[in-house]
Amino acid sequence: MWDNLPLFPAQASTLASRTDALLFFLLAVTSFFTVLIFLMILFFAIKYRRSRHPKAVPIEGNNALELIWSFIPLMIALVIFVWGASVYFSYASVPKDSLQIYGVAKQWMWKFQHADGQREINQLHVPVGRNVAVTLISQDVIHSFFVPAFRVKMDVLPNRYRTTWFNATRTGTYHLFCAEYCGTSHSGMIGEVVVMEPGDYERWLTQNGEGSLASSGEKLFRHYGCISCHRADTGQRGPDLAGLYGKQVFLSDGRSLIADENYIRESIVDPKAKIVAGFQAIMPTFQGQVTEDEMTELVAYIKSLKRMPLNVNPDADIPSPEMRRRNPEVQPAPGEPIKVPNR
Amino acid sequence: MNNVDQPREHYLNADYGIKSWLLTTDHKRIGILYLLLITFFFFIGGAFATVIRLELITPAGDLLTSDTYNKMFTMHGIMMVFFFLIPSVPAVLGNFLVPLMVGAKDLAFPKINLLSWYLLLIGGLITLYSIIAGGVDTGWTFYTPFSTTFSNTHVIGAAVGILIAGFSSIFTGLNFIVTIHRMRAPGLTWFRLPLFLWSNYAAAIIMVLGTPVVAVTLVLVALERVLHIGIFNPALGGDPVLFQHMFWFYSHPAVYIMVLPAMGVVSELISVFSRKSVFGYKFVAFASVAIAVFGFLVWGHHMFVAGISVYSALVFSLLSYLVAVPSAVKVFNWTATLYKGSISYRTPMLYAFGFIGLFTMGGLTGLFTAALGIDVHITDTYFVVAHFHYIMVGGTVMAYLGGMHYWWPKITGRMYPEGWARLSALVIFLGFNLTFFPQFVLGYVGMPRRYHAYPPEFQVLNVMSSAGASILAVGYVLPMVYFLWSLRYGKHAGPNPWGATGLEWQTTSPPPTHNFHETPTVTREPYDYEALPEGGFDA
Amino acid sequence: MTHNESSVLQVPNLQSHFGDMAQQKESASFGMWLFLVTEIMFFGGVFCAYLVARLQHFTGFAAGSNHLDVVVGAINTAVLLTSSFTMVMAVHSAQVGRRRSIIFFLILTLLFGSAFLGIKGYEWHDHWEKHEVPGPAFHFDEPNIAASNAQLFFSFYFAMTGLHALHMVIGAGLLIWMIIKAYGGGITADYHSPVENVGLYWHFVDIVWIFLFPLLYLISRKH
Repeated sequence: MWDNLPLFPAQASTLASRTDALLFFLLAVTSFFTVLIFLMILFFAIKYRRSRHPKAVPIEGNNALELIWSFIPLMIALVIFVWGASVYFSYASVPKDSLQIYGVAKQWMWKFQHADGQREINQLHVPVGRNVAVTLISQDVIHSFFVPAFRVKMDVLPNRYRTTWFNATRTGTYHLFCAEYCGTSHSGMIGEVVVMEPGDYERWLTQNGEGSLASSGEKLFRHYGCISCHRADTGQRGPDLAGLYGKQVFLSDGRSLIADENYIRESIVDPKAKIVAGFQAIMPTFQGQVTEDEMTELVAYIKSLKRMPLNVNPDADIPSPEMRRRNPEVQPAPGEPIKVPNR
Repeated sequence: MNNVDQPREHYLNADYGIKSWLLTTDHKRIGILYLLLITFFFFIGGAFATVIRLELITPAGDLLTSDTYNKMFTMHGIMMVFFFLIPSVPAVLGNFLVPLMVGAKDLAFPKINLLSWYLLLIGGLITLYSIIAGGVDTGWTFYTPFSTTFSNTHVIGAAVGILIAGFSSIFTGLNFIVTIHRMRAPGLTWFRLPLFLWSNYAAAIIMVLGTPVVAVTLVLVALERVLHIGIFNPALGGDPVLFQHMFWFYSHPAVYIMVLPAMGVVSELISVFSRKSVFGYKFVAFASVAIAVFGFLVWGHHMFVAGISVYSALVFSLLSYLVAVPSAVKVFNWTATLYKGSISYRTPMLYAFGFIGLFTMGGLTGLFTAALGIDVHITDTYFVVAHFHYIMVGGTVMAYLGGMHYWWPKITGRMYPEGWARLSALVIFLGFNLTFFPQFVLGYVGMPRRYHAYPPEFQVLNVMSSAGASILAVGYVLPMVYFLWSLRYGKHAGPNPWGATGLEWQTTSPPPTHNFHETPTVTREPYDYEALPEGGFDA
Repeated sequence: MTHNESSVLQVPNLQSHFGDMAQQKESASFGMWLFLVTEIMFFGGVFCAYLVARLQHFTGFAAGSNHLDVVVGAINTAVLLTSSFTMVMAVHSAQVGRRRSIIFFLILTLLFGSAFLGIKGYEWHDHWEKHEVPGPAFHFDEPNIAASNAQLFFSFYFAMTGLHALHMVIGAGLLIWMIIKAYGGGITADYHSPVENVGLYWHFVDIVWIFLFPLLYLISRKH
């Protein structure tokens, strides 16, 4: 609306128009009842004022009326509930074909990582007209990812990935706010979402690429020594990670689950919490060593794994002294040929 | 109304000296002690609100540092919620009136009643200490892990203060329930009780069942801060969302503690100033209990975007709509009471009208927040701030003021000045709407809560809100001045200046220490205005 | 003079705002029951938090639980149940107005309650020695178990048994008060509701333990 007196936010996503439709219905219903009550009170207060109506007529009640004015509001409430639930289902169901973006919220900034490695701080570039999924985690306290123009909000929790999505319908630059109080600069944790035409977005990507998240993740996979146990040859001591994401996993205590980002993350920071059936609990914890940004890259890498890596290049794969110190079994025998199992 | 039956000896002059007040077990004196205490807390909470609205006149955070601002809104919330609103109607008006209305000499446990006051005092002093020693900056909601691990402020002090105040609330509720069950005068059956008692009874149930949960939650937060255990801290295996569940399990029903007694006041005012019974008495009585029961089932609606499952969100949203229905029923019943009544525009009635209007608006905006699809957008924004202020300030505070005006002659034996009182009511109504209506718009256009600085396009709406706040402040100061004035210069009031039904009007103004010279016997239905002579005052 | 003043002269222990002793007795009893309901909500809150955490970290909690001594816990349970029995005997003695029996059974109850607290103190000391108290000195070395989850279990253990012990200490104070009152002849067959209500409180604290014991000690015992 007017620049200095905004009475309505920009409508810039598919969810926004659905939310606003429900809003207008609610405004109509509530205005109707507000005006109705106001007018009735005004009317009765004037018509039956003491000077004109000195004797009150006692009326105990009217059961039929009570039922009517309980039933009708209940029905209206149920309509609103169903409509609201329907919009919420849409908000909560992340479409499978979404462009995946990762992000970390921390006091007091937003850090985003695109799949191809582009990093942004307090800015998020997205293409118009495409489903975009944003997977977020906090490095410290609870924050909340809020883009008013998209009518989207999601609390960002520490230690737990959460994903929200949107489909931007108009190019432009829109406010990104942190909407959960998080300390000193809570109101300074402001960013912007830049929605671009697809062509402009592609150009922006190529200008800012660094190497995809998955490839950075692969480097970390080797650097932290994960490959010394999670590999496809005789050195394998850890479960097969190929195709893990979305697969059913059976645990040693009888439970089973579907592997998602949170499972992958937990396995890295708290490996003893869930042991895969048939394996020993020898994996050390990496809590405190892997930063949240690196965790994103590792998760992206593992999600992308189609085949388990082979420990093929001895030079590149020599575990760091740190790894050898922590897990004495991991010693490459000098000169020993590496057996590749028949598959 | 010139037949002034001034009693020679009453509860105010029965004994003199500070000890007679600080060691009293007379529920009426305790009610006055509460009045003084919560008015003091209201000023403190109001001072913080003033600073907040001053800062928000400009988009930049130029009046206070961020840390100070964060302490301001935290302490405003804590003082207003725990130390003003929750005690207000029950502890001041309820304590004074419950024994009178049931025809008893006192509450069931008078010494525990005094203990309740001391607990609120001590809790308040401890919280004040936290404020003076540097403040708390966690928000009144204490979300973890910020409050347990990251905040560097006096969280434990504030938590302990609130914990102690919580016990004050529990004992008051316990006292009310036992009194209403066991100490009714002969002939006073449940369905002859004034609706004020039904509402306070329902609120007392919530006080008794809900407050212990926030007590143990705050104990765990304090333990976590001191001993670094990890119940709510994800870095140690805990769950921050668990804190939110435990906190809101009490804090949602708490809002019904704040509004139910206020609704009880409104029922009394509507009936006496229409000179007829409340329409649908039984429905209003049951609606109060229904609100109390359903109010325990909806806490998750504060957490729709916090990480609960879609299934949970659906259940909480549906239940939230169910709890709206009894409130709507009450509004319709009050409106219907006006039909063919004989309506007076005295100040308490103006406040009752104000309550109905503003509570209706606030409650209807609850339909917005309960709608899952919309709440995703408006939660944690100024829309919610406006919603709850409409109910708590536009609702509870107006009803509280209306009740104070109505029962002032009974409490003090004096009348307040009607002209000034009506003016104040009008100033409050206008100031309130100017303060909070723009906040609905601010919320929907996207301004989040607890923001120290904001994008410049939000300024005009914020300035409107701050302007309204200054008017509202004037409206609140006026009654304090003229109420004090009336203690010395107000017209003397007889036992029943309003010509009202109800046992409290069957004794002198002010009442004697033991309330009634003879235990009354009740033979009539409540609000039986037909049997009364014409109300002895000018409309 | 109000009509109540005359009845005060006739009925000892009747407080002036009550109409008669029956009303006073029923009100006092109702008040205590209501207070116990608030205590149910208080303990219920932390019980719920415990159950949620236990569901989330089952193996860690089971491992922590196995480090609690079931035998000592069972002995403590028996001690507390016995104290409830002696409390019942005290209430009965009060109802029939046998002053020496009242004092005897109240003292026994106090002794058993103190024994419970003593045994609990011994357990806590034992945990401290074994580095099982959460904090910088915590150490939990078991294969396949994340130490942080075991620590979380112990956090709940100490919080819950600590809150319970606090309630027992308050109960002990109430018992001492009753002993003094009974010694001074203040408890008679006509006026014994204070002892009855303290009895209610004591039984409640006992019942909390009956829940605590299996929830804390008996998870997933393999032997």
